Amino acid sequence: MGLIHEIDFGTPAALSDKTITLTIDGREITVPEGTSIMRASTEAGIQVPKLCATDMVDAFGSCRLCLVEIEGRNGTPASCTTPATDGMVVHTQTGRLKDIRRGVMELYISDHPLDCLTCAANGDCELQDMAGAVGLRDVRYGYDGDNHVRAKKDAGINAKWMPKDESNPYFTYDPSKCIVCSRCVRACQEVQGTFALTIEGRGFDSRVSPSAHELFADSECVSCGACVQACPTATLTEKSVIAIGQPEHSEVTTCAYCGVGCSFKAEMRGEELVRMVPWKDGQANRGHSCVKGRFAYGYSTHKDRILNPMIRDKITDPWREVSWEEALAHTASEFRRLQYQYGRASVGGITSSRCTNEETFLVQKLIRAGFGNNNVDTCARVCHSPTGYGLGQAFGTSAGTQNFDSVEHSDVIVVIGANPTDGHPVFGSRLKKRLRQGAQLIVIDPRRIDLVKTPHVKAAHHLALKPGTNVAVMTALAHVIVTEGLADEQFIRERCDWSEFEDWAEFVSDIRHSPESTETSTGVPADDLRRAARLFATGGNGAIYYGLGVTEHSQGSTTVMAIANLAMVTGNIGRPGVGVNPLRGQNNVQGSCDMGSFPHELPGYRHVSDEAARDVFEKMWGVTISSEPGLRIPNMLDAAVEGSFKGLYIQGEDILQSDPDTKHVAAGLAAMECVVVQDLFLNETANYAHVFLPGSTFLEKDGTFTNAERRINRVRKVMTPKNGFADWEVTQNLARALGLDWDYTHPSQIMDEIAATTPSFAGVNYPYLDQVGSVQWPCNEHFPVGSPIMHVDGFVRGRGKFIRTEYVATDERTGPRFPLLLTTGRILSQYNVGAQTRRTDNVVWHPEDKLEIHPHDAEQRGIHENDWVKLSSRSGDTTLRATITDRVAPGVVYTTFHHPTTQANVITTDYSDWATNCPEYKVTAVQISPSNGPSDWQVEYDEQARQSRRIAGHLEAAE
Amino acid sequence: MMQAAGTEVMQRITDVVDALKEKDGALLPILHGIQDEFGYVPDESVPVIADALNLSRADVHGVVTFYHDYRKHPAGRHVLKICRAEACQALGGQALAERAMALLGIGFHETTTDNAFTLEPTFCLGLCACAPAAMLDNQLIARFDETKLAEIVKEIRS
Repeated sequence: MGLIHEIDFGTPAALSDKTITLTIDGREITVPEGTSIMRASTEAGIQVPKLCATDMVDAFGSCRLCLVEIEGRNGTPASCTTPATDGMVVHTQTGRLKDIRRGVMELYISDHPLDCLTCAANGDCELQDMAGAVGLRDVRYGYDGDNHVRAKKDAGINAKWMPKDESNPYFTYDPSKCIVCSRCVRACQEVQGTFALTIEGRGFDSRVSPSAHELFADSECVSCGACVQACPTATLTEKSVIAIGQPEHSEVTTCAYCGVGCSFKAEMRGEELVRMVPWKDGQANRGHSCVKGRFAYGYSTHKDRILNPMIRDKITDPWREVSWEEALAHTASEFRRLQYQYGRASVGGITSSRCTNEETFLVQKLIRAGFGNNNVDTCARVCHSPTGYGLGQAFGTSAGTQNFDSVEHSDVIVVIGANPTDGHPVFGSRLKKRLRQGAQLIVIDPRRIDLVKTPHVKAAHHLALKPGTNVAVMTALAHVIVTEGLADEQFIRERCDWSEFEDWAEFVSDIRHSPESTETSTGVPADDLRRAARLFATGGNGAIYYGLGVTEHSQGSTTVMAIANLAMVTGNIGRPGVGVNPLRGQNNVQGSCDMGSFPHELPGYRHVSDEAARDVFEKMWGVTISSEPGLRIPNMLDAAVEGSFKGLYIQGEDILQSDPDTKHVAAGLAAMECVVVQDLFLNETANYAHVFLPGSTFLEKDGTFTNAERRINRVRKVMTPKNGFADWEVTQNLARALGLDWDYTHPSQIMDEIAATTPSFAGVNYPYLDQVGSVQWPCNEHFPVGSPIMHVDGFVRGRGKFIRTEYVATDERTGPRFPLLLTTGRILSQYNVGAQTRRTDNVVWHPEDKLEIHPHDAEQRGIHENDWVKLSSRSGDTTLRATITDRVAPGVVYTTFHHPTTQANVITTDYSDWATNCPEYKVTAVQISPSNGPSDWQVEYDEQARQSRRIAGHLEAAE
Repeated sequence: MMQAAGTEVMQRITDVVDALKEKDGALLPILHGIQDEFGYVPDESVPVIADALNLSRADVHGVVTFYHDYRKHPAGRHVLKICRAEACQALGGQALAERAMALLGIGFHETTTDNAFTLEPTFCLGLCACAPAAMLDNQLIARFDETKLAEIVKEIRS
């Protein structure tokens, strides 16, 4: 075990199919045309000295260290900017080159501190390496001339010296160590696409400047870490490296935040995590990261983390710490008692989209085999269940059709109900890169998300629809495409059911679906919508990316079908650059759905009434599986209130905060006799729990996550679980306490069981994943290397199905009492209910949730920036501070839901998707009024939460 | 001190930006326009320009600071630039520059207390054949010497 070293090839890979052969230092090497001499030599095993080149950004040619000599050419060209050509003969080490390089290094070092021994980059500094590589022995210029290194100069101050900028919580900028290679500036531009950095001044005055000579924290920087990764010196350094020192070993693992599923190297010193560095070979992120995955892992060692099991008789009692044996025995006996007393169906469980596939599989197995019912559900219920249903109906599989690389081939991109730069930042950066290359963007969102207009990116169309009118807008787009003769008839005839298409075409062609007819209800100007539809139908490869703004509606499933229709009618399925791409919210929400977390589906989306599928599991597990679908989360809560549902095992989900109509959830939980919460923290749901089983973090377990592109990525254990057990072990121990004879010694055995029972995972096993890095399901005998793009030669269900998408306005309507529409979303630095990110330094960017309101609506109500406002709906009310912005249209307000004190879900109603019960989070009729502070509910809730978090023998932590 | 939107300065910035933002490569013309309007490029203009051209503040700042002619602060009523490049130095440019500093009582990039002069170095005015060269406001001066320097100072101060 050591540090995983990745080769830096100096310049990005060339993509040409044509190859050329050249000779470098006597070695012949064949490379794709367009490859730089530098990259070709690295591939030949020869490292040309370099400072300003790194393969995450394009060649720049400023450091003058990588010079080479080419036979038949004059001078000493830079190897990074000179493309290799056929038959070229290159020398990388001659007397002349040695002298030039040494001279260049002398100049660099004459303006660089000589504190290598106490420098944080000691051992990981390219300047140090290059000084060694060129044989630097002396600096003839001395160190006392003009410099940026020393604060004082000749008893006066040195105006060129600048102090360290420590304003970012995660890294420091020390200008005295900067060699102005501009790698950070280029990384910010080319990789992240934020353009927050520049080189200010010129000549010897040049230096790196965040925005207009601002502190990093005040600048446009989004703290993605790309600059820190690009920096060859200690100028930009992780504070954790400064505090701990250089790591000594690393493991490749997968980020546990959003559905992009970035691969990271967890760089360790012993069992201490030094830093997370994005892994270049990660096929989802291609070496990029965001502030959450890169830096926000501090929650794993936060003082709030609970490390001992706890039980209590009543939720009003303080918690009592007990041994694992006692906690599990107590839980088992309670569940047995409840089932004896109230019937087999009186208990159930909730799997976690934050846990691994293996853990999720075990929880549903515990419920199906141990509890003997199908009362299992997962948080996908509240996010992407309509995706599963809608895409399953249209295409035959409930998953995105593309890999993330596909965006590099898109020409027109539709983003609907998603905010990639905040919610899925690494994908957002890849998308912006493609947009800068000239792809066109259509944004369909009530709010002006950053992508609509952000440096160097501008949407061709922003259809700012009224919340809740997605179906009308999507159908109107289809109307324009069909009635203007833009449908891809050849594709439809070859791939789809023609008679279904004809039926659908007749439906959408109806004049009531024309943009002119829908304009008044959707608020989208007809002309704009027509032009957007034409662009999508005729602009080349069209890709649709969508998020929860599509699914979390009463017509969520309908919109998903409308999206599928739109992709099929324009022939945008089955090749790179096109497709229907749900941006999944959580790291393993795709996986938790795949693993049979729904009450009606066994792993691999096979209905519980399917006897053949049941038979596979019954034989392997030696039990009888119920053929009756179990209860969904909302049904469990309803049944609890009615008195027939009594016990719930919740692994890693905070339903009280994340599910709609908080008061109803609270009532349901309070009516149960045994609520078991397995989590890192005493989350909001734990306020109503009787047993608390401490959970483990993604750093403490082996397993796999499946990201939004169906990619199965390995999660690798880098430290011992602080709570004693990985989550899969806890579930196994609970199963054993219930009398099941489970005997897994490693998650790989669970994956083998998944592969043996689930056809789409048949080819997946740990040795194969270790070998190839990751694989996209389906992976079986038909697709031995997985499936980056789906439906290539035909739809999984046979023929693509066009489905009529009748728009039915939600029952949640504005009226005199509640004249505004509330919609909700995420912000970059925080993640969902914030349980993790609120326990990291990310709070510097988002200490509280705020209500965005249009200046017009604010003025009418006498609301000023930062005022406390009361937000009330038919369900309840809460208070938060307002911020006034024209990002939202008049009549629409917006907030995030990262902080439990906000209680945004007290406001949301219990309306839900007609097909899947996915709650309608994105539309709530509300009223806003000035307020003095927290509402009665918030005060009561805080007190109840404080009471219920007491642990016997512990002093209450001061907040 | 940044000024809030709606103030007179912001209005003048916005007017210049709006008049020029549709041009191809609008950034330099806008910066010239701002400098013509204010005599310098106020910090407040950076976010306005960035927003209008869909650039980042960093992008605009990088360009403003790259060109010495874009000023961070207003100059004096007259700007005297003395060439510091090789040909002029060879013909006494150094001594002339020192004389100018002594006469005005300021260093390079500084403005006299009466706000009459700002003294600046420049690197080649393209008049090497008639070195040393200088430039007063937009007027080139060939074969610059102490007499011409004294005349200029006297004339402007009188």
